[in-house]
Amino acid sequence: MKLGEKRLTIVTGHYGSGKTEFSVNLACALGRSGRPCALCDLDIVNPYFRAREREGELGKHGVRLISSSLLGPENDVPALPAELFAVFQDKTRYGVIDLGGDEVGARALARFRAEIDRSETKVLFVLNANRPETGTTEQAAACLEQICSVLGLDVTGIVNNTHLCGETAPEDVLQGAVLAEEIAARTGIPVACHVVHRKLVKEMSGRLSGEVFPIQIYMRKPWEEEDNDGKSEL
Amino acid sequence: MAQKELWKGNEAVARAAILAGCRYFFGYPITPQNEIPEYMAAHLPEVGGCFLQSESEVAAINMVYGAAGAGARVMTSSSSPGISLKQEGITYLVGSELPAVIVNVMRGGPGLGTIQPAQGDYFQATRGGGNGDYRTVVLAPSTVQEAADLTQEAFDIADQYRNPVLLLMDGMIGQMMEGMVWHEIPRRELPPKRWATTATEGKRGKNIINSWRSDGTGLEVHNLHLAEKWRAMEENEVRWEERGTEEAELIFVAYGTTARLAAAAMKELEKQGIRCGLLRPISLWPYPSTRLCALAERTSVRAVFTVELSLGQMVEDVRLAVEGVKPVGFFGRAGGVIPTPHEIAEQARAFLEQWR
Repeated sequence: MKLGEKRLTIVTGHYGSGKTEFSVNLACALGRSGRPCALCDLDIVNPYFRAREREGELGKHGVRLISSSLLGPENDVPALPAELFAVFQDKTRYGVIDLGGDEVGARALARFRAEIDRSETKVLFVLNANRPETGTTEQAAACLEQICSVLGLDVTGIVNNTHLCGETAPEDVLQGAVLAEEIAARTGIPVACHVVHRKLVKEMSGRLSGEVFPIQIYMRKPWEEEDNDGKSEL
Repeated sequence: MAQKELWKGNEAVARAAILAGCRYFFGYPITPQNEIPEYMAAHLPEVGGCFLQSESEVAAINMVYGAAGAGARVMTSSSSPGISLKQEGITYLVGSELPAVIVNVMRGGPGLGTIQPAQGDYFQATRGGGNGDYRTVVLAPSTVQEAADLTQEAFDIADQYRNPVLLLMDGMIGQMMEGMVWHEIPRRELPPKRWATTATEGKRGKNIINSWRSDGTGLEVHNLHLAEKWRAMEENEVRWEERGTEEAELIFVAYGTTARLAAAAMKELEKQGIRCGLLRPISLWPYPSTRLCALAERTSVRAVFTVELSLGQMVEDVRLAVEGVKPVGFFGRAGGVIPTPHEIAEQARAFLEQWR
């Protein structure tokens, strides 16, 4: 997955698949590469563990957060800000659009369908093989299809984000890679990348065919320590 | 061993209920517990069960009364303001000796409050939010695994005592994702539900389910019978977890999310050379008072420190248990605010300094 290959990246998937963690990491990577970037938090389904909770960390990487015109990251009013148009109209800026889970979450973007220029947009389906409702090819493909039909856009890449939070082992990623390839074979949609925690990258080297997207954990639980070892560069 | 899967607390509770034989769910949406009814709506029909979104929380708890009376395993769930609405139903369930499982994924209050996590319903859950002399077993998980395990056991506890059981979580436990394993939960030996209002088939007299007693001392007799059950629960259903309590000079007491935060704070304090232990009540009623008192009596212990997502509720049970043997400190954040482990460590250290 080439960073900045397309101007816009829409991130969708089953709820709990890790869309937000991936989106925040992607936006920060774009920001660090010197590209002006906005992260649009369009999750109006579930008010917990949303990208807007990490506004400070996004800012450190030069990423502008677009979430809600209402004050406070906790508000549960399902309102979208007019500021969102900036990401579609300002062609000098990169955008990562983080949707809520499933087709319900995807619906929030459907209203902006007319604004989306498909030639400059990637639509990624985030997959976690350890999630019970998308653990089989059939289940995951059905979820993907439902999201596409609500979104009115085709998914252009599958992101293997198989993990078990802090207990993730290389085997989890490999198991997810098998599932992602099966879905790719079935749908004709390529696997865009495999998400690997930065601490596992060395260990996983040569074990995955396809690109690796290294991440650190931003969406921590309140009792978890910061995941940066004092280094912000991946 | 079964493979670990990644589950959200709320989803795990819903699946656990179905595994425990729950076939009826009645509820009304409210954040942060919506994944429970969502999961039930999707999966109860697959096992021949019935999910029904009622017109209100009050209707839901009364539907629970009906299904429980017919001998079914039934559950409802809500979050704080919704649980307040269910209080009348809960006291009626107790009065009529009906088993059911009620899940409260707590948010900030009072009133409509906030959708963020809180533990401000401790009094309501452990003292009885409805009228009359009653008790319910209250179970408080602090991991997704434990939420799944306790939910399954809750149905057995409810059936054993013919009494509702409350699962008390907070928004964080309901919303967070963790790896967990689906494993066998030991099932209790339970008597058949001869009291249920199933058809008599002409073979027995009518079963009547009622909490109304108008016959002189009849209600007192009934209350004394219920009190026998509370005594049995106090004897059999107390549970807790302990960490690092050997030689500890400071004992943390916390449940649910705050137990996770306190455990992180303990690490920080230990780096400063302060030996800390944690007593995590799993049953909030009956409360692990005897064990807590025994810990407090140890000579190594200088102080006991309670942490809550409230302005101080469980701390009253801690003080009752410790009975002045050692000083009891408290730190809490309320209204949906979660303290950092560092904040907790600082507060606990400052309190301990006074008694060192």
